[in-house]
Amino acid sequence: MSTSTTPPTSREDDRPATTRGQHGDSHRAATPGGDGASRTRRRLVEPVAGLVLLVVLAVLPLLNLSIPGVLPGATYTPGTLQLLALCLLFASLALTYHVLFGITGLLSFGHALYLAVGAYGLGIVLERTGLGLLPAMVVTLVLGIAVATLLGAVSLRVSGISFAMVTLAFAQAGSVLIRRNPSITGGEESLPLTTDHVPAALVGVIHTRNLYWVALALLVLVLVLVTWFERSRAGHVAAATRENELRVRVLGMRPYPVQLLAFVVGAGLAVVVGMVYLLLNSGVTPRVASADFTLTILVVVVLGGLGSRWGAVVGGIVYTLLDHRLTALASSDTVEQLPALLRVPLSEPLFLLGTLFVLVVLFVPGGLVGLGTRLADGVRGRRGSTADGAA
Amino acid sequence: MSTLVLLLVTGVGLGALYFLVASGLSLIYGLMGVLNFAHGSFLTLGAYAGWEVSRRMSDGSWLSLVLSLVVGAAVGALVAIATELLLIRRLYERHVEQVLVTVGLALATVALFDGIWGTDAVYVSGPAWLDETSGVLGAQIPHDRFLLIGVAVAVLLGIVAFLRFTRFGLVIRAGVENRSMVTALGIDVRMAFTVVFAIGGAAAGIGGVLASQYFGYVSPQLGASLLIFAFIVTVIGGLGSLLGAAIASLAVAVLQQLANFYASGTGDLVVVLLLAAVLLVRPSGLMGARA
Repeated sequence: MSTSTTPPTSREDDRPATTRGQHGDSHRAATPGGDGASRTRRRLVEPVAGLVLLVVLAVLPLLNLSIPGVLPGATYTPGTLQLLALCLLFASLALTYHVLFGITGLLSFGHALYLAVGAYGLGIVLERTGLGLLPAMVVTLVLGIAVATLLGAVSLRVSGISFAMVTLAFAQAGSVLIRRNPSITGGEESLPLTTDHVPAALVGVIHTRNLYWVALALLVLVLVLVTWFERSRAGHVAAATRENELRVRVLGMRPYPVQLLAFVVGAGLAVVVGMVYLLLNSGVTPRVASADFTLTILVVVVLGGLGSRWGAVVGGIVYTLLDHRLTALASSDTVEQLPALLRVPLSEPLFLLGTLFVLVVLFVPGGLVGLGTRLADGVRGRRGSTADGAA
Repeated sequence: MSTLVLLLVTGVGLGALYFLVASGLSLIYGLMGVLNFAHGSFLTLGAYAGWEVSRRMSDGSWLSLVLSLVVGAAVGALVAIATELLLIRRLYERHVEQVLVTVGLALATVALFDGIWGTDAVYVSGPAWLDETSGVLGAQIPHDRFLLIGVAVAVLLGIVAFLRFTRFGLVIRAGVENRSMVTALGIDVRMAFTVVFAIGGAAAGIGGVLASQYFGYVSPQLGASLLIFAFIVTVIGGLGSLLGAAIASLAVAVLQQLANFYASGTGDLVVVLLLAAVLLVRPSGLMGARA
């Protein structure tokens, strides 16, 4: 595998414009002079801004806000809340993938498998056993972690591109299993949520508000756990492995256990997201296990900004909204009346998203968050230089 | 016995399809380190191009089949060249971004095929001879298997001859072995990159036309479904090894057929298990360079 060792070095050498989060942070921290204050400010700004955002998101179902063109209706209506909850779920899912790809540098093409394990696992446990919701969730989580540990241990025997292909193959096997066993999983049809043991407050369109809050709580939980992992010793070793595996080995540490830990943490959290996904949609379709879905998660993470937690969150929200609005656009009358040359591409949301993704990879390396940071830095830099000029 | 023969020949025929996709993937990866997710789209586009040709010709003649193979190969090669020049070339040595770009391209093109040709499969018919069977060792073998095997062998020989006997082939082989050394000797490897993409695209295009003959239809998902097995084949065979890809294609497809028949449709799972087993024993694949 001589070729697989090139990515870490090439990352450092050829990409001055790289905007991977930690990478950028460490550079900033390393530049001397006056940075200590801005760093403490930054460290304060993040939680405060997060808290304000959390409060706004939490009271959203109680307000009557309309954002035409972005949301389908006022924020208290179940349809809008369902979409918003889906946004939050996608943000959580993107965060779990951030643990693998963003922090540890593991390019997995099988992450959707764990979402599917969560959703299908919980659905099957609820349907087949008389367990209540919480015990069923615990059983599913244990199962999911077992699957992740087993498959992660095998796939981490290879690295780089081979790892990507192996995880893809495992996810494909999962997808085949789901489609081929209709008596257990509902096959091509969806697996509906068995509601006998689910609290009434989480069932039905009327209670979409509660599900929205559950999704919000999940996002906060995942964000806290992912941040914790990222700042832990294991997280640091994982990030170091991403940047230069050889150097980690030379320092006397073994990357494998840390990579496996990151894999299991990311997959386990994805299992939890999958369970909430089942509750929110009161069912699950085999689409969530497909290779396309994994690629979607990848698109979300890169779109938001690779290597940054907030990038994953922003990416998840923006992607879900875009997907929804583009689907609405595709079936709108304006598009129907266009000539075929324009109508065909515009009526395919995935074509537009794929093209957007290619453009982001080519021209906006840091994704949306990177773009935002660069714009902010640009403004600050200009202000700084004019101040210098005045002095 | 006759069932076994039929399964084996069918397996080899399917293996020929896998090889047509995997050969390009493996060459591209070996030389450039690019995992090309859009390879399935080259195949699908080749298949649709072939279908468009045979639809316009009087259906069912050998001429139309040969012509659609040629057009499929040409379209596959052209799209591959365009991909290399417009997207991959900007991102040399940035392997993760290259993968991401091809992922985006794959998503976008499949959706575009949906829009142009519809999500439903279009049905393809070939020369009547292909639907007939002949007896081999007591088994009735459909003739399309022979076509698949024949074309795949021809493509394999063609690529091997190209790599052995031409200057480009020499550069490519040397580049797979040690690219920085070739560059250091003052040879422009970039041209070789484009050539490799063109070869891979042409092979995929041919594979697309043959796949549409074999399955009897073309759908936007055709390429993606074959691509996953081609990935498995490339990993099992060893990334960058053409011979490894050929052997692994046969092994995977035959095993898949046997498992599907004797173990009630578990072919896909058995293939994944084989992949896991190979990785546990030999992480670099059958013919891959030692790690």
